[in-house]
Amino acid sequence: MTDTTELAHGRPRRPKSGSSWTGFALRRFGGLVGTVLIAVVVTFVIVPLIPGDPAVSAAGPDATVDQINRVRAELGLDRPLVDRFLDYVGGLLHGDLGHSFSLNAPVSEVVLRRLPFTAGLSFLALLVVLAVAVPLGMAIGAATRGGRRRRLDSTFNYVTAVVAAIPPYVMATLLVLLFAVTLELLPPAYTRSQPGLSLLLPAFALSLPSICLIARVVRRETAVVLEQDFVRTARGWRLSGLRTATRYVLPNVLTSTLTLSGIILVAMLGGAISVETVFGWPGLGLGVVNAVATKDYPLVQGIVLVLAVLSALMTMAVDILLGIVDPRVRGGQHG
Amino acid sequence: MAEPGRLRWNPALVAGTVVLGGTALTIFVASFVMGDAAERLSADIAHPVSGEHWLGTDYFGRDQLARALVGAEASLLMALAATAISMVIGVAAGAAVWTAPRRLREFSLRIVEITVSYPELLVAVVLAAILGAGRWQLVVAVAVANIPATARLTANLSGALYQRDFVTTARLTGVPRRAVISRHLLPNMAEPLLIQLAATFSTGLVAMSALSFVGLGVQTPDFDLGRLLADALPSIYSRPIEVVGPTLLILLLSVGAMLVGDGLAAAADPRVSRGKSTTRRSGRASGATGQAVVADLEVVRTDGVPLVRGVSFEIGRGEIVGLVGESGSGKSLTALSLARLLPDGLSATASDLRAGAVDLLGRPSRRELVDAVAMIYQDPGTTFNPALRMGAQLTEVLRVHKGLSKRAARAVIVDLLAKVHIPDPERLLAAHPYELSGGMRQRAMIAAALAAEPALLVADEPTTALDTTVAAGILRELARIRDETGTSILFISHDLGVVEELCDRVLVMKDGAIVEELTQEALRTGDVTSPYTRMLLDAVPRLAVRS
Amino acid sequence: MSQGDRERLPGACEGESLALSVEGLTVRFGRGAHAVTALADVSVTVPSGHTVGLVGESGSGKSTLAKAILGVAPVSAGRVLLDGAEEPQRTVNRRVRMIPQDPYSSLNPRRTIGQTLAEALDPVRAKVNRHREAIEAALTEVALPLDAVGRYPHEFSGGQRQRVAIARALITRPSVVIADEITSALDVSVQAEVLALLARLRHELSLTMLFISHNLAVVEQVSDEVVVLHHGHVVESGPVGEVFAAPAADHTRALLAAVPGPAKEAR
Repeated sequence: MTDTTELAHGRPRRPKSGSSWTGFALRRFGGLVGTVLIAVVVTFVIVPLIPGDPAVSAAGPDATVDQINRVRAELGLDRPLVDRFLDYVGGLLHGDLGHSFSLNAPVSEVVLRRLPFTAGLSFLALLVVLAVAVPLGMAIGAATRGGRRRRLDSTFNYVTAVVAAIPPYVMATLLVLLFAVTLELLPPAYTRSQPGLSLLLPAFALSLPSICLIARVVRRETAVVLEQDFVRTARGWRLSGLRTATRYVLPNVLTSTLTLSGIILVAMLGGAISVETVFGWPGLGLGVVNAVATKDYPLVQGIVLVLAVLSALMTMAVDILLGIVDPRVRGGQHG
Repeated sequence: MAEPGRLRWNPALVAGTVVLGGTALTIFVASFVMGDAAERLSADIAHPVSGEHWLGTDYFGRDQLARALVGAEASLLMALAATAISMVIGVAAGAAVWTAPRRLREFSLRIVEITVSYPELLVAVVLAAILGAGRWQLVVAVAVANIPATARLTANLSGALYQRDFVTTARLTGVPRRAVISRHLLPNMAEPLLIQLAATFSTGLVAMSALSFVGLGVQTPDFDLGRLLADALPSIYSRPIEVVGPTLLILLLSVGAMLVGDGLAAAADPRVSRGKSTTRRSGRASGATGQAVVADLEVVRTDGVPLVRGVSFEIGRGEIVGLVGESGSGKSLTALSLARLLPDGLSATASDLRAGAVDLLGRPSRRELVDAVAMIYQDPGTTFNPALRMGAQLTEVLRVHKGLSKRAARAVIVDLLAKVHIPDPERLLAAHPYELSGGMRQRAMIAAALAAEPALLVADEPTTALDTTVAAGILRELARIRDETGTSILFISHDLGVVEELCDRVLVMKDGAIVEELTQEALRTGDVTSPYTRMLLDAVPRLAVRS
Repeated sequence: MSQGDRERLPGACEGESLALSVEGLTVRFGRGAHAVTALADVSVTVPSGHTVGLVGESGSGKSTLAKAILGVAPVSAGRVLLDGAEEPQRTVNRRVRMIPQDPYSSLNPRRTIGQTLAEALDPVRAKVNRHREAIEAALTEVALPLDAVGRYPHEFSGGQRQRVAIARALITRPSVVIADEITSALDVSVQAEVLALLARLRHELSLTMLFISHNLAVVEQVSDEVVVLHHGHVVESGPVGEVFAAPAADHTRALLAAVPGPAKEAR
């Protein structure tokens, strides 16, 4: 089964050559650049692909033909595609992401205002997930290896399956129902006066399904690592369980866990989109939803680009963490 | 790998199928029956739960239960459609990638890697922005968003299968590309792909409802589970009952799919239940002498199958005893029992089990075990922890059990490494395991094993994975150790030639029992009594000509 | 240390043709500074009806040579000739068949033995019923029961699976058979059976075979001539009895000395 999960998400990439941190970091950075470039192209391409005339939506429902034409010229929609792309890229390099006509403000300003909310939410959720899921998964993995403690194994499986299957926004709704409506402990939505407290429920909602998913992954990986030859060697050296767990099992569990977790964490960023909606959390997720609804394309472009870059950064962070933990990835061993 | 073809039902699979199947069936039947009730406006505005309306009515007087079921049907059908599209295209793309020429393949794999790193929901949002809102747009958006993950899984599975000999043989024989995919790749990916199917359905369902929830999916008057939840959310304080229907249904469908996926995974990889291994005393000690003693050793599997039946032997000080046999003879288990490293699921009993001054049938402490027995294994490359440098690992025993400081331990190990003819011990200590060759790893393993000065060294096929010239060197080391330190050595092998060269005495095992005991001389001259040994000797190809 | 002296390539006797000959083959993996030369200017000849053994340690290039002949490894120089002529790769792959090393990986677990053999005969359609006679004849040839046609690989032992792999290679009566470490993964007694089978088939079918192995004793038993590879170079070749009795190359001597077995000089 681990074969499947590993294969589903790819083994840690082993670079072909090079044996130092600089080589490794350069390669990762190159990957980041590639991902960002593609994101730039894709976000640019959104606007030309939209059926219908963006100028019409931008000008508003009561606009006259003249006004529409003026808007079109303003937005530069009448110029050739290549020029528009170059303008777009040029603007990006200056930090100019365009102008949002629904909010009547530069996109970059909107993004900067909303970014901390999404970043804060995702980051907190990430910390919670890693801090809870990894030890939990390892403990269960060690306790149930080789078919021990069947009942614990089943209970863990069922509970995590159920919780992981709950969509984040449903989880959010349930939590609101429980903590805000019934128990009245926490605020049900973003309240300016209680930023910290109102962060708790959204972070909780976002992290719970991921905790379960990653704990399952960690549990499987721990079971696999425990079967490895070097754990057998450690047993042969009669090392204590704790020493074996921290020096032999944990680093190697982290290796495969990090790769798979990267995927799950990136998906969590997507989940933030719907969770923010439930709580009215003024982050990029809610921003992009509103932007699409009001057909404010420059804003859509800007936010999508920023979100794509964020997920690419997260993936790179995971890769670098992987490089710290697993020297083979750094040193360029052949797979 | 378990026997392919049969589906092993297990609790998760049963539960998941029941939940998912049952819910789906209910939804289809119910919406057929109650379809119009979902739309029918009535005067019973905002009624609470009642016998007529099990979940009450909403502000338009519509029956909540009917609406939830109809909405669920919409979600279910859209999820099925999106899953079908996504799987077909994803699998086709992933499989085709590997049959394409190399340049195109590497490029495509890179593209897939990159597309996977964007959040699926974000991709769906972008597509929904382009295509607009509505049912089929939603299906397309989510289907396309899920394609990269499936494509990557299929590509990786195909990649692994491509290394298998039967695929290479098929391609070389001239089997056309599409036949390679349909005959060789797809059937052997069936299990993981089924699991992916369940996961894609689950993810797709959630994503679509999430998009409808935020308003980018189906538009009124159409509705699905996400839309219903979005409508119910604002009145969650006043009428929490409105959330119940859609939430419950989405949970049932989503959890059911997850359990099915889990069940399929468990069916594909059945883990046999094994408990902790035990080693117990069976009778009174025979009083045999020897640096290492085994008497009446029996090893039994959890299901009662005996794997080692009554094995007894001794090893004297400075003696190398070989244990030889084919696969299934029980030689490895005998050695592992003596080293107190029996794998899970087995129980061993013996009337005597001793090494050095330590009674291995008592409950020896770790320190005692270290003084008694050390083990070296066949090295498939993963004998050492890839996360630590060699120095940190080789000195473990000395630091943990003998209380030496890091520096003192290193000095001892450097000395031992030099003794086993490692040219640059300091450099080896600083290296990672993957940087070393098989021969060097085995020498390092021997050095670490000797560091604690055990009474008995157990070597389980240590040279089988090595080139003959390298292996010859390792064998010389073992002989030298026997001569210089008086350590007893138990040498396991399937190779009669190796055993003949190295061992002072040889024990031949078959089906868990010793069939013959020979001296080195007797083996060399072919003076054997057991027909099995005779057969083994005759079967070993010998160099007729020697320079 | 003249090369000509030690490279007594297996030569064809009068009237025999060279079924397979490899001339000056060079195979390189990777590019630029990190390129690895797996084979350097290797020449091997296999006369029709002879078995040539290819020996060497891991990394010597022996498996690479098989892959290069079959077109799976990148050839940077040299050529492969069948009966003295250079043929397109497709023809080579039709006339040269390989028996792989790992009996647990060489058969598709989801296809019956019959389907596997049918595919060898007829790659495109692979219908068992059409070729039933030929399949049954092939099974008899390798001493497997006829009911194996409808059974799956997991029902057979390692040794039996190797027999199937042999049957699959021989069923089309290829010009040359390459056996790549076919007994390395087998128990001693099973290995003896497979080697006995191979000896019988060599005789009955006048097989032309390239036999790759790291086990010198097995090679001696099976081959007429031997080629010794070391780090991608041919260091010695010739009739197996002569080479093993009086090795000219240092490496050959080292390989022979490392073979564990009957007592040599006292320590």
